[in-house]
Amino acid sequence: MTTYVIRRLLLALPVLLGIMTAVFVLLQLIPGDPAVALAGEKASVEQVERIREEFGLNRPLPVQYAYFLKSAFTLEFGDSLRTHQPVAGELRQFFGATIELSVAALIIALIIGIPAGVVAATHRSTALDYGTMIVALIGISTPVFWAGIVLIYILSFRLGLFPIGGIIGTGIKLDRITSAYVVDSLLTANWAALRSSLHHLILPAFVLSTIPMAIIARLTRSSMLEVLGQDYLRTARAKGLEDRLVVTRHALKNALIPIVTAIGLQFGGLLSGAFLTETVFGRPGLGRYVVAGIGARDYPVIQGTVLIVAVGFVLINLLVDVAYAAIDPRIHYT
Amino acid sequence: MAIDTNAQTTRAATGQGGHILSPSVPSAIEPTLHGAGRTSAGLWLDAGRRLVHDPAAMVGLIVIALLVLVALVAPAIVPHPPNDQSFRIKLEPPGATHLLGTDEFGRDVLSRVLIGTRVALGVGIFPVLIALIIGVTLGLAAGYYGRGVDQVIMRLIDVLLAFPWLLLAIGIMAVLGPGINNVVIAVAIVYIPAFARIVRGSVLSIKEKEYVEAARAMGQPDSVIIVKHVLANAWAPIIVLSTLSIGQAIIYAAGLSFIGLGTQPPNADWGVMLSSGREYLRDAPWLGFFPGFAILITVLAFNLFGDGLRDALDPRLR
Repeated sequence: MTTYVIRRLLLALPVLLGIMTAVFVLLQLIPGDPAVALAGEKASVEQVERIREEFGLNRPLPVQYAYFLKSAFTLEFGDSLRTHQPVAGELRQFFGATIELSVAALIIALIIGIPAGVVAATHRSTALDYGTMIVALIGISTPVFWAGIVLIYILSFRLGLFPIGGIIGTGIKLDRITSAYVVDSLLTANWAALRSSLHHLILPAFVLSTIPMAIIARLTRSSMLEVLGQDYLRTARAKGLEDRLVVTRHALKNALIPIVTAIGLQFGGLLSGAFLTETVFGRPGLGRYVVAGIGARDYPVIQGTVLIVAVGFVLINLLVDVAYAAIDPRIHYT
Repeated sequence: MAIDTNAQTTRAATGQGGHILSPSVPSAIEPTLHGAGRTSAGLWLDAGRRLVHDPAAMVGLIVIALLVLVALVAPAIVPHPPNDQSFRIKLEPPGATHLLGTDEFGRDVLSRVLIGTRVALGVGIFPVLIALIIGVTLGLAAGYYGRGVDQVIMRLIDVLLAFPWLLLAIGIMAVLGPGINNVVIAVAIVYIPAFARIVRGSVLSIKEKEYVEAARAMGQPDSVIIVKHVLANAWAPIIVLSTLSIGQAIIYAAGLSFIGLGTQPPNADWGVMLSSGREYLRDAPWLGFFPGFAILITVLAFNLFGDGLRDALDPRLR
C-alpha cells in the first residue's frame, strides 16, 4: 500500500510540473506589461523600472521560470495588486470557504443521489425509475447559476426562509482558526455562529449539489443494475435473505466502487460550480477572488489561485485513487 | 442505459477506463468495417431505426430543430428590436406588449431571448467542433503511433485535465481577453482532452484488428489506414460525445458570460441576461428566469438526444 501511494505521488510530479509550466506560459501570454501592472497605472518610468528589477522581470525567461517555480513551492505569490495583501494569506482565507461549500454540496449529493439511484434500479422500468431519471436529467441540464437565482427568489425573497446571500450573519463574532466558517464555529463551540453559518450554507450547497447529485443517481442506478444481475445476488436471495438486506449489504456495497471514482472526478466540476455559486450568493471565496483578480489584471492573484486549485485538484484525485484501491480488494497496489 | 452526460466526468472518466463511453464501444459496432468489405450503412441504419423509436430522443431532436429554426429566423420574428433601449418602459413585468417583460434598459426580454438562441447554439456547437477536430487528431496520433508521440500528447492532456474547467477557461480568457469568440476558444480547449482520450482508447483496440493488419500487409500508407480503417470505425463514440458535449458547452459558455467574460453589452446572451437578472432579482424576477429557462430547455434537448444516440449506437448499454 505504501509503495502504491509513493508511486502515485511520484507519477503526479510530472503533472504538477506541467501545471506550473502551463501557468507560467499563461502568465507570459497575458497581454500588457506586468511591471506596469504591478507598479500601477500612474507610476513613473523609474518606478516601473524599479519594479522590473525587484521582481526579476528583466531577467532571461529561464531565470524567471526558476523564480516562478520557487515562488510556487514556497507559496510566496507576492501581494495582490488590488488589496495590497499577501496573496498566500488571502488564498488561505478564501480556500476554506470554497472547500466547505464544495464538501457540503458533495455530502448532500451523496445523501440524496445514492438512495435515488438505488430506488430507480430496484424499481427498474417503473414510473418511479423513469421519474427519478427524468429529474436527474433535468438536474444535469440546469446551470447552477440559474438554479441559484430561482431558489433565492422563491425561498429567500418570497418565503424568507434563507438569507439572500453572504456567508454568516452580520454582527456575529467568530474566532477564525481554519477559514471554514462552519468548522470554526464547531471548534470554538460558538453555537450562534454555527446556526448562522449553516443557515447561510444550506441553500448554496444544495444548488451546487444538483449536478453531482444527478450524476451520482444515474451512476448508482446503472452500477446497481449491473450488480443486481450477478450470480451472488441470486444466491443471497435463494438462501432466503430479506430483499432489503440483499440490496443494501450485497448489491450496494459492490455498486459503490465506481461511485467513489466518480466522486473524485466530480470535484473539478464541483469547484467550478462553487466559483459560480459564490458569485450568485455573494459568498466570499476563491471564485469571487479569482474573478475579481482577472478583472483587475491582478497577476499574483491569478497565478496563486490557479496554481493552488490545480494542485489541490491533482491531490484530491490522488486521494480518491488511493481510497479506490483501499476499498476494492481486486486492485493490487503494486 | 448508462450513465452520465456531465462533460467534466466524461472528460476524465473516459481516460480512466471509465464507465461512460468506454473505449470498447467500437467493438460493438464492428459490422461497420470498411476494411472487411461490408458497407457501414447497416450499422447507421440500425441505429437510426432504434433512434426513431426512442420517444425521448425524438423530443430532444424536435426541440433542437425548433431552436435551429428560431436561430435562423430570429431577426425576422422578434417582436421588438432586441437592442432598442427605452427608459420609460424599463423593468416592466410580462404583459401584452412585452410578453416576457423588459429589462433594466427597457429592452424586450422575449426578443433578447429569441436572438440569444444564435449565440447559445454557436457557443454550443463551435467549441465542440473545434475540440473534435483537434482532439480527434491528437487521439489518432497518440493511439496509432504510440510510444513517444503517445507519451507527449497524453501528458499534455493530463495537464489540461488537472485544471477544473472554469479555472482553465478563466486562465485562457485572461490571455485572450473577454468576448464571445474567445469563449468559443476557451471552451474548445476545455473539451480537447475528452475527444483525445476517447479516440485514443478506440484506436488502441482498433489497430490490433486483423483488417488493419491486412491493410498494413497490403502496403497501404499510414494516412490511408488511419482515415479509412481506424477513424471510420471510431465514429460512434465521437458522435455521442459531441452531442452530449454541446449541451454542457452551452452551460459553460453561459457561465463565462455570467461572470462577465463572455458576450459584451449590448448584445443579447442568455448568460449575460442571467447576470443582470441576479442584480434585479427582487424587483424583476422575470429578467433572470426566462433566459435561464431557455438554457435549461436547450441543454436538456441536447442531452435527451445524446442519451438516445448513445443507446441507439451501442445497444449493449441498454
